[in-house]
Amino acid sequence: MAELLQFAFSGLTVGAIYALVALGFTLIHNASDIINFAQGEFVMLGGMTTVFMATAGIPLPLAMLIAIVVTTGVGLALHRFAIEPARGASPVALIMITIGASVFLRGVAQIVFDKRFHSLPPLFGADPIQFGGAAILPQSLVVLAGAAVIVALLWLFVERTLLGKAVIATAANRLAARLIGVDTRRIVDFSFAVSAAIGAIAGILITPIALTSYDVGTLLALKGFAAAMLGGIGSPLGAVVGGLLIGMIEALCAGYVSSSYKDAAAFLIILVVLIAMPQGLFGRVKVERV
Amino acid sequence: MRAVQHFTATAVVGLCAVLGAALPASAQIKIGAVLSVTGPASFLGDPEKKTLEIYVDEINAKGGVNGQKLQLIVYDDAGNPNNARTFATRLVEEDKIDAMVGGSTTGATLAMIPVFEDAKIPFISLAGAIQIIEPVRKWVFKTPHTDKMACEKIFADLKQRNLTTIAMISGMDAFGKSMRDQCVAVAPKAGIKIATEESYGPRDSDMTPQLTKIRNTAGVQAVVNPGFGQGPAIVTRNYSQLGIKLPFYQSHGVCSKEFIKLAGPAAEGVRLPCAALLIADKLPASDPQKPVVVNYTHTYQQKTGQAVSTFGGHAYDGLMILVQAMQRAKSADKAKVRDEIEKTKGYIGTGGIVNMSPTDHLGLNLSAFHMLEIKGGDWTLVPGT
Repeated sequence: MAELLQFAFSGLTVGAIYALVALGFTLIHNASDIINFAQGEFVMLGGMTTVFMATAGIPLPLAMLIAIVVTTGVGLALHRFAIEPARGASPVALIMITIGASVFLRGVAQIVFDKRFHSLPPLFGADPIQFGGAAILPQSLVVLAGAAVIVALLWLFVERTLLGKAVIATAANRLAARLIGVDTRRIVDFSFAVSAAIGAIAGILITPIALTSYDVGTLLALKGFAAAMLGGIGSPLGAVVGGLLIGMIEALCAGYVSSSYKDAAAFLIILVVLIAMPQGLFGRVKVERV
Repeated sequence: MRAVQHFTATAVVGLCAVLGAALPASAQIKIGAVLSVTGPASFLGDPEKKTLEIYVDEINAKGGVNGQKLQLIVYDDAGNPNNARTFATRLVEEDKIDAMVGGSTTGATLAMIPVFEDAKIPFISLAGAIQIIEPVRKWVFKTPHTDKMACEKIFADLKQRNLTTIAMISGMDAFGKSMRDQCVAVAPKAGIKIATEESYGPRDSDMTPQLTKIRNTAGVQAVVNPGFGQGPAIVTRNYSQLGIKLPFYQSHGVCSKEFIKLAGPAAEGVRLPCAALLIADKLPASDPQKPVVVNYTHTYQQKTGQAVSTFGGHAYDGLMILVQAMQRAKSADKAKVRDEIEKTKGYIGTGGIVNMSPTDHLGLNLSAFHMLEIKGGDWTLVPGT
């Protein structure tokens, strides 16, 4: 029993990390149908900027705030200087641009920061919490709580605010949205900024557990993207459920089957789910009216 | 007009003749190097290139080797063995080098070996894998210690503590895999039984399930973690998170202050084999390597402003072994230099004391590694190792 509990705690820790990364994909996708493959670099920028600000002697809370602001700025710049000028292009071409941006950001980070690994102190100490013979780090709960808060805020935003409705309208039909007076360019701008901020928060929260370096974004984005697809891309709740599910499967497979197959097991389940439910667990079914 | 042209032509011909005549007198010894200066293996190639440049300049400032200046020709393979092979061919055919130092990665080295074997040029590789010198190839040498030696060092320490049954948790990166294979291969001979084996991905952020399984395996007396990068730091943290009290061994892949910093208090009591270079200030004054590693550390840090790594040290050893062989051969003749490299005895370098032979083109023994234990957030030498 203690064993199962320990595996579950591990799954929760890893799953919460995937969930936080996956959340970043939802808003940009909602507003523009683009899958932003530079999302992992936002996560990296959040963590790395905080580390370097803190090393420069800036108090940690302020360093975190600066990191979020810097990353938000990078997100805005990505939209203004790379996505917006190519707005006539197909989503596939725009996705290519985000991949290019991801490579670019990684290259710049390698020069601006360094190529080493870094860590941040956990928010509530490093002593594990013992529960039923298993141990979990307080920071894992922080990551989980962070994901929950972001989901709640996103839900409130989309369902309860006019701006949120405008984001949905922009995604549904950009021309129609513009006709009813939505400044769609601003809306997409906004979605890139918020996604970047979510990525930065994810990066700051997971660095005490997963550590960070200039190239941490690539694999995180891959797992986060898988989580977002599993949950249904565009759905914040789906992103979290997808992330936790993948984390759990990995941990249970590593614990009960073999650690060599844990990634394979996770991706196998994703395949099965997507064959049965192509829109993902919580995704909206797209209805094309003719 | 015609006269002017004629004059110019004569002048050019004359100049060429003078230069041609002058060349042999001040001929240079050409040393080639193909290094992964950029790309994923730049953490190897970058310090190697800087080290070679620093010391070639220093040797030339002191008058060169046998009265001839050294000329270093460096190409960057960007971590791609195909590029390495192309550059190797260019070094042989166009640059006409006298000797070769480098090949940062095992892949690049193995790709270049046929080129230098065919051209009969002495080749000192800076890459890790044991396949480079086993089987022994006539023209190929290497300076870095091997993963196998790290395994043997760990196992020797285990035997000394009367621990014979271990569990291994290995990273699935190239380093972790290679070292795991070597450890599994030498374990029976060392009298070590591997009770269970686990692995983790190079970017995994939690290894508690694997460690829980190891904790629940009966009879395990110690745990060994071959790995590189951030993985071992996370394994070490998880190890303490789960409260596992068994002796814990890391590999030479994490011999850096960075590891202690990343793993934090969890690193307390962890043992690992390290080369002398990384613990220069911890070596006793009686250690024969002390002056060499302290000197190299000082020079490298002063010239580059960066901390030393063992990789730059491998390049230092490669260049010095080559230069000393040339001095003993009193020429840069390829065959003579090769014979002298093979006769290297008692060379004290950053990687250890090198004694080469026709059957051993590495020449290091287990004394190249020092067993360290992390205490109070710093390295301490384990007595008697």
